[in-house]
Amino acid sequence: MGAVVLRLRAAPAVPLEAPCIRPDHFAALSEAEIARLPVWHGSEARALGDFFDVRGGHADDVRVKGELSRVKHLGAEMAGGRLVIEGDAGPHAGAGMAGGTLRIEGDAAAWAGAEMRGGVLEVRGRVRAYAGGAYAGSRWGMAGGLLLVHGDAGDFLGVRMRRGTIAVAGCAGECAGAEMIAGSILVFGDVGRRPGFGLKRGSIVVHGAVEPPPTYRYACTYRPPHLALYLRELARRGLPIEERFLGGAYRRYNGDFAELPRGEILAWTT
Amino acid sequence: MSGAFRLVGGRVYDPANGVDGEVRDVCVDGGRIVASVPDGAPVVAVRGMVVMPGGVDIHCHIAGPKVGLARRLEPERRRRDVERRRVIPGADGPSVLRSGTGGTVPSTFTTGRRYAGLGYTTAFEAAVPAMGARQAHQELNDTPVIDKGFYLLLGNDDFLLRLLGAGEAGAVPDYVARMLSAARAYAVKVVNPGGVAAWKRGRTVAGLDEPVAAGGVTPRRIVEAIAGAVDALGLPHPMHIHCNNLGVPGNVATTLATMRALEGRRGHFTHIQFHSYGRTADERPTSAARRIIEYVNAHPELSLDVGQVMFGAATAMTADAGVAQRLHELTGHRWVDVDVELESGCGIVPFEYRERNYVHALQWAIGLELFLLAADPWRVVLSTDHPNGGSFLSYPRLIRLLMDRAFRDEQLRRVNPAAIAGTALADGLAREYTLSEIAIVTRAAPARLLGLERKGHLGPGADADIAVYRPDADIEAMFAAPRYVFKEGMPVVEDGEPRAEPWGRTLHVALAHDGAIEARLARFRAERGTLAPDDYRIDADELRRGEGVAARST
Repeated sequence: MGAVVLRLRAAPAVPLEAPCIRPDHFAALSEAEIARLPVWHGSEARALGDFFDVRGGHADDVRVKGELSRVKHLGAEMAGGRLVIEGDAGPHAGAGMAGGTLRIEGDAAAWAGAEMRGGVLEVRGRVRAYAGGAYAGSRWGMAGGLLLVHGDAGDFLGVRMRRGTIAVAGCAGECAGAEMIAGSILVFGDVGRRPGFGLKRGSIVVHGAVEPPPTYRYACTYRPPHLALYLRELARRGLPIEERFLGGAYRRYNGDFAELPRGEILAWTT
Repeated sequence: MSGAFRLVGGRVYDPANGVDGEVRDVCVDGGRIVASVPDGAPVVAVRGMVVMPGGVDIHCHIAGPKVGLARRLEPERRRRDVERRRVIPGADGPSVLRSGTGGTVPSTFTTGRRYAGLGYTTAFEAAVPAMGARQAHQELNDTPVIDKGFYLLLGNDDFLLRLLGAGEAGAVPDYVARMLSAARAYAVKVVNPGGVAAWKRGRTVAGLDEPVAAGGVTPRRIVEAIAGAVDALGLPHPMHIHCNNLGVPGNVATTLATMRALEGRRGHFTHIQFHSYGRTADERPTSAARRIIEYVNAHPELSLDVGQVMFGAATAMTADAGVAQRLHELTGHRWVDVDVELESGCGIVPFEYRERNYVHALQWAIGLELFLLAADPWRVVLSTDHPNGGSFLSYPRLIRLLMDRAFRDEQLRRVNPAAIAGTALADGLAREYTLSEIAIVTRAAPARLLGLERKGHLGPGADADIAVYRPDADIEAMFAAPRYVFKEGMPVVEDGEPRAEPWGRTLHVALAHDGAIEARLARFRAERGTLAPDDYRIDADELRRGEGVAARST
C-alpha cells in the first residue's frame, strides 16, 4: 500500500478550507473518491480535485505538497495514520486531532494542534499563536497528545491546556500556558510576558529567560528527576535539545495564586 | 404567495374546525386555504400522511439584544453546528440559503430554517424591552420563512411604577398602548413584576404584596394594572406573565396568588413549570404541579405554556436578571448581566440539564405532570421556553414523551428516582396524547390564545401554513422531518430539507392612544434617561413585511 500524494496546483486566491485531508479517512477511499471530497473556497463549495492533483488511494500514509499556507484545517480531527505537509501549513492544522502523526516540514499558522486530544503533531519550523490552545468559549485547549515545535511559538501557547505535552525548542510568546488546567509545556528558549497567567495546575518548564507573574511564589531550587526523563524522550524524538539542559537545577515558582495555585513554573538554572 | 393546488388524501388534524384524522383534501389558493380549487389544479398526493396546520410557538427567545448577547457568549456551541451557504434549485429559479450557526441559540437564518424544518411556521419572541425593539425587529426581519412578532417587556419600567405610585393607574392603558404601538410589539410581557426593578436596587421580592417602589407599589398592583390595561385595550393576547420567584422552592404560593389576583381577568402564565415548586422542610424543591393544574383546570380565563425542561444543552436567558445571577452562582458558568435603563434587566447563563441531577429531573417531571394532568389542552400548550428549558429542536422528542408512554417510562427509569418519587409520574400516569391533542397544543391552541384568526387551523381563509408528516412508529422521527411544509402555500420544506426561504410577516398590534402620555414620557426620559422615547419608535418601513393586527372591540 503506497502513500497518497496530494499536490496543490497553485496557491488559492482566498483561503481554502480542507478538513477532508485526513489520512484515517483516505484509507477507505480511492483516488477518484479522494478527489471528490468537499472543500470550501471562500463561500464556494468545491472538490478537493479542483485544487489538488491526487495520486494514490486506499492508504493512511499521506503527503501533501505545494504552497499550503492558505490551506486551512489540514489533518484537523484526524484520528490515525500519517500525514506529512511538505512546506508551510495554514491555520488550524491538526486542530482537534485525536491520533496518528502529523508532521509539518515548514511553519504552521495559528491554532496548530488547537484542542488536540491525542497523536503527535511535529512542526519543523515555527508555530504561530494559540498552538495547542483553546478556541473562544471552550473550557479546554489541548487535552492529550504531543506537540513538538522545532522553531519558535507565538502567543498563547497551550492556552487552557488540560492534558498532554507541548515542547518548543525555540522561544514562546506572551501568555504561554495561560489559564492552563493541567499538562506540561517545555520551552527551551525564552518565554514572553505573563507565562502561566491564571493557571490552575500543570507545569511550565522554561530553559531561557522567564519572569513569573507576581501571583507566583518562589518555592525552592531543585533537580526534578522526572524532567531528565522527559528531556531524553524529547531528544529521542528528534527535538534539538542542548546537552547542558539535561542535568540542570530548576527554580520552582508555585502558582497561580490568583486561581487554584497547584501549578508551577520551573525556571532552569545552570 | 402561491398558485392553486390541492393536497389529496391526507389524514387531516384540524381541531379548531373539529376535524380529527379524517381523510380529506385541503385546497390552497393565493396563499390561503380555500373551500375548493378548479378540478385541473395541481395535486400534491399525501395519501396516508398526517396533515396539520403549521406549528405556532407561543413563547421562545429568538431575536433582540439578549439573544445576540447569548450568541456571543456561546461561540463553542455554534462552532460545532455550522450551516454553510447553499444554493438550491426551485420552481422559480435557484434560491440562496444563507449560512448560519446553530447551537442552543441559532443565528437568524438558521432559526427560521430550523423552525420550518419542524413544521413550525409562526413563533413569538417573548421578551423585548422597548429599547431593544429596533434590534429585535431587524433580527426578525432576517429570520426567514416563519411569521413572527414579539412581546414587549413592561412591569419593571420606571415610568409605569411611578404612575402606579402616584395613584394614576387610570393612565396605564394609554401608556401600554403607546409603548406597544411605538415598538410595534404584539403583546405585553410581564417578568417578575416589580422584582427586577427591586433586584437592580439590591433587593429580592418574596411575595405579591411586598412594596417594590415608592407609593406602595407591589407586584399585585402591577399585575392588576397591566392585566386590566390589556383587557381594556382588547389586545389579541392576554397579559403574558412570568411570575415572581421563578425557580425558587415553594414558589407555588406566589404563582397561585398571582392567578387569584387576576380575579377573572385573562392571563397567560408562561413557562409555568418553573413556577410550580413546593418546598420541603430543608428547602428542597418538590412538585406542586397538581396544585397548579387543578387551579387552572377550574379557571377557564387562564392559560399556560409549560416551559418543559429537556435534558441536554440549554441557555438560561431572561429579563429576570436575579435568576441569572442565582444560576451563575450555582453553576460557576460564565454569564452576562445587562441593565436596560429605566425598563428592565437581562441575564444569560449557558446551562445543561442532567438526568441524574435531582432538581433537573424534578423540573422535567413537573413539566410532564402539567401536560398529562391538564384537562383542557386548549389552555395548556407546548413550549420549552426555548432556549431556557431546551432548544425548540427538542419539540419532536417532547411530543414523543407525551404520545408514547413506553418511551416516557424508559426515560423515567434513567432519571434521578428521588426526584420522581413525589410526582404524579410515580403513580404511573398512563395518558398518551393523541395526534389531535398534539395538533391542539402545538398549533391550534397557541394560535387561539394569541388571537391569530388565520393561524392554527385549515378552514377557508386561514393562511396556507401547512405541515405534512409521514406516519412513523417513532413519533420523534416523524415530527423531526416533515414530508412537506407549506408557508402561505409555498413549499418551503420537503423531507425535512429546505426548498425555499420566503420572508414571513412580522405581526404587531395597531392601537390608538392619547397624545398626552407622549409628552409626559418625553419629559420623564429627558430627565432620567439617555434616549428620548422617539429614539426607539419603530417606523412601518423598518419592518420587512409588517402586518398590524387590530385590537378587539372592548
